[in-house]
Amino acid sequence: MTRPGAAGLIWALLVILAAGIAAHATYTADLSAFLPRSPSATQTLLIEQLRTGPAARLILVALEGADARTRARLSVQLARELRSDPHFIAVNNGDAASLERDREFLFRHRYLLSETVTPQRFTVAGLHAAIDDSLDVLASPEGALLKPLFTRDPSGEMLTILEALGPGRGPRTTEGVWSSRDGARALLMVQTRAAGSDTDAQQAACDGLRRAFASSLASLPAADRRGTALLLSGPPVFAVASRAMIKGEVMRLSGVSAALVALLLLSVYRSLPALLLTLVPVASGALAGVASVALGFDAVHGITLGFGITLIGEAVDYSIYLFIQSAAHWRHSVWPTIRLGVLTSICGFAALLPSAFPGLAQLGLYSVTGLVAAALVTRFVLPGWLPRSLGVRDLSALGERLARALQKLRGVRGALWLVPLLAGAALYMHRGTLWNRELSALNPIPAADQALDEQLRADAGAPDVRYVIVASAPDRESALAAAQTLGTLLTPLIDQGVIGGFESPARYLPPLAVQRARQASLPAPSILSARLQEAVAGLPVSAARLQPFLLDVERARTAPPLNSADLEGTSLAAAAESLLVRSGGGWSALLPLSAVASADLTADAVARVRAALAQERSAHAALLDLKDEADRLYSGYLSEAVQLAIAGFGAIVLLLLVALRSVARVTRVVAPLALSVVAVAGLLAALGERLTILHVVGMLLIVAVGSNYALFFDRSSAQPRQGSVPLTLASLLIANTATVLTFGVLACSRIPVLADLGSTVAPGTLLALLFSALLARPPAPAPPEAAPTGAS
Amino acid sequence: MRLRLRRVGVLILALAASVAAAQTTAPPAFDELLKLLAARRHGHVTFSEVQQLAMLDRPLESSGELLYDAPDRLEKRTLKPRAQTLILEHGVLAARRGQRTYVMELRDYPQVLPLVESIRATLAGDRAALERTFRVQFDGTLGAWTLLLVPVDTTLAGAVKDIRIAGERDAVRTVEIRHNDGDRSLLRIGPEVPP
Repeated sequence: MTRPGAAGLIWALLVILAAGIAAHATYTADLSAFLPRSPSATQTLLIEQLRTGPAARLILVALEGADARTRARLSVQLARELRSDPHFIAVNNGDAASLERDREFLFRHRYLLSETVTPQRFTVAGLHAAIDDSLDVLASPEGALLKPLFTRDPSGEMLTILEALGPGRGPRTTEGVWSSRDGARALLMVQTRAAGSDTDAQQAACDGLRRAFASSLASLPAADRRGTALLLSGPPVFAVASRAMIKGEVMRLSGVSAALVALLLLSVYRSLPALLLTLVPVASGALAGVASVALGFDAVHGITLGFGITLIGEAVDYSIYLFIQSAAHWRHSVWPTIRLGVLTSICGFAALLPSAFPGLAQLGLYSVTGLVAAALVTRFVLPGWLPRSLGVRDLSALGERLARALQKLRGVRGALWLVPLLAGAALYMHRGTLWNRELSALNPIPAADQALDEQLRADAGAPDVRYVIVASAPDRESALAAAQTLGTLLTPLIDQGVIGGFESPARYLPPLAVQRARQASLPAPSILSARLQEAVAGLPVSAARLQPFLLDVERARTAPPLNSADLEGTSLAAAAESLLVRSGGGWSALLPLSAVASADLTADAVARVRAALAQERSAHAALLDLKDEADRLYSGYLSEAVQLAIAGFGAIVLLLLVALRSVARVTRVVAPLALSVVAVAGLLAALGERLTILHVVGMLLIVAVGSNYALFFDRSSAQPRQGSVPLTLASLLIANTATVLTFGVLACSRIPVLADLGSTVAPGTLLALLFSALLARPPAPAPPEAAPTGAS
Repeated sequence: MRLRLRRVGVLILALAASVAAAQTTAPPAFDELLKLLAARRHGHVTFSEVQQLAMLDRPLESSGELLYDAPDRLEKRTLKPRAQTLILEHGVLAARRGQRTYVMELRDYPQVLPLVESIRATLAGDRAALERTFRVQFDGTLGAWTLLLVPVDTTLAGAVKDIRIAGERDAVRTVEIRHNDGDRSLLRIGPEVPP
């Protein structure tokens, strides 16, 4: 503090620099905060699916209210508007016109699409058997559907195609459009053009959808509109909603935190200048934190700013100590303790830096930089600005009262033995359900919205895909060929009841070679005509009736092969496009699997699918269990967080050993911290909370923040002549209150990761202060005894 | 000429139907019949069916067994000319031919619905279900009755024109289905198969 002017100047320059960096930083709030920084091969596939995959671009739209007829009209109008909106590549509402287009496409190209088109099928015997089969169908109730097609398709290729596409798993139809099962909502399925990771574009798509709904609604008579509402769900909607929620929460929570802390300090200091000066290190720290994250990472996650709220609670402590504890002794007695406290906190936060979970790594960097900046500003800049008299209220009286209360409480400190016993009992009783190992633990989407999504998906017959076979290939055509090959491997598994079914892009767009082979199976007109004549012998149908069949076969035989342009205008285009995606340098064919009965494949079924894939290495295919992979990812984060927390704790202990040079003193500092961690863990378990990664990080923060309190008590007993004990007590109580307030605000967040962190740290630091006070050696009536049994 | 006759037929039918609809109070025998049918919980009978399709040279003939469990399970086991099983359960129709089973939700296929629902709802004595899909006209006595079912939804192409179900007391004897395109089928129900 020799040149306060110089320190102020450097501070000002750095603030301008940091503000410049922060202003130019990129801020995101998508799910990338939760995705690993250096993923494995299967994790890359998973991330690709989450970011750009077809599932990530599907919006489920439900219309409710009014009556079924009004909803149907609204659905038709909305679909019409959305189909002309460039944000969307596919809009399906199940109206007769689009079903008819799909059916038309499949029927027109049936000889290129049907798996049963083989040379054998068009021999005399093959035709006879196929026509005989079709007659069986004609005799059954479904015959009503196939009767109009029979003379053009007597071999029943259309039925083969429809069977392969699976039973009508699509939504129910009410008043001519898709509806929920109970008929109370009209349903649409909409696919956005932009990738799921492009939150801005998804936001624009969602806004476009709402506008289209409003204008469709306006086209209805006012009397019909009553009570109509638009419900949206699906990954794009969630991405937009969670970004908005993170943004809103960060603003709201930091505002509330700042206001509460300001109120606390104002009531304590009774001095506006002191309050304003207190904010200087906090704001400097926050700015430095954001700037460092912007420099160290591609983008600053919104969630990091949320975590950063906690910095308010920590950084404000330093100036509290400065203002309340005797400013005269500040540099010699208070600062060294603060310095050690800052160093222990840094050890704790720095342990998060190597985390593979980007959210945690950013939290680590933000906090380390923020704390260093706040401490340096408090030490070197703030004292130079202090007016001769700050007018801070004297808190000696409060401190004295605290000291007396503490004296009384120390009498019952034997009861502290109960803490580990009770906590241990709670942890033991809940040992089976102690950890939450599912990625959904981090999901910021409210449970009600998730339930709505599940319901709409069930209604839409678009269950959340869990198992996908991914086949990689250098180009589109070979990806299709791989899908075709995999299809032939998977079909027997359906017949054996191992899997319920699968989807494949090759069903909508067979590879060129397959199309050519099918065309080659079709005989020339004269040959086919002769064979047909023979084939119908003994059947109740004459060859003359089946002339349309001969014409259609000839048209198919000479038609150019199908390509994706032929699919345009059908709902099948979206299906094909979503199952055939560009990835990395090549293409991937996706084959989602469905289980026989329940939504999950059995372990045996998974093993048999994997075995089938292993037979055909040329397809470069892997079975991906999306849920399993996501949970494995999270569970990796969790065990990593535990390791990092232990390493951070170890580093703090080591630092204290070096600084205090006494095992006994270090033990006295660490014991209350360990005790609070155990107590909080027990408390959370007893309350039925399942521990997540953020609880673990919170426990590390209890140690990092709580060590400051323990160190002040240690100083009081080691160097009783320096500083005023009552004032130290008062400042600790106020500093702790500020911390508990900020983390307490965080605990009220609707975002699980923030709430978990807050609900761990808020009670933990309170207990850390209490336990430190109780376990500290009473401040020395007999100073000579303070000589430690040294470790040096 | 044939066409005109058919038109006249449709006209008469529509007239009959509107007359039937005008008589909101159905004869008491109808109510008694429904009660009688509803009381029957289980049935297992033989059947033979003849279907006449305009595009075929000969009628399709088949035979087998019908099984019914109240109120909504109906199984049609065709044994000849080839084995084929149709099971209607809770509104889902599953057709099993050879190795493959084809499943459809009846509600999604309004063309198929009347073909199946007519028999099921009659066997169940389910008046509400009958009247949801058809205009119903009862004729005869409890000892020898006929139900004429005309689909409410007449917009479907190639759809059912009418269905005539005849029976004696709680036993259904014949189900005759006529389509708008002139195709028709006659299902004769034989004696109870002893358990």
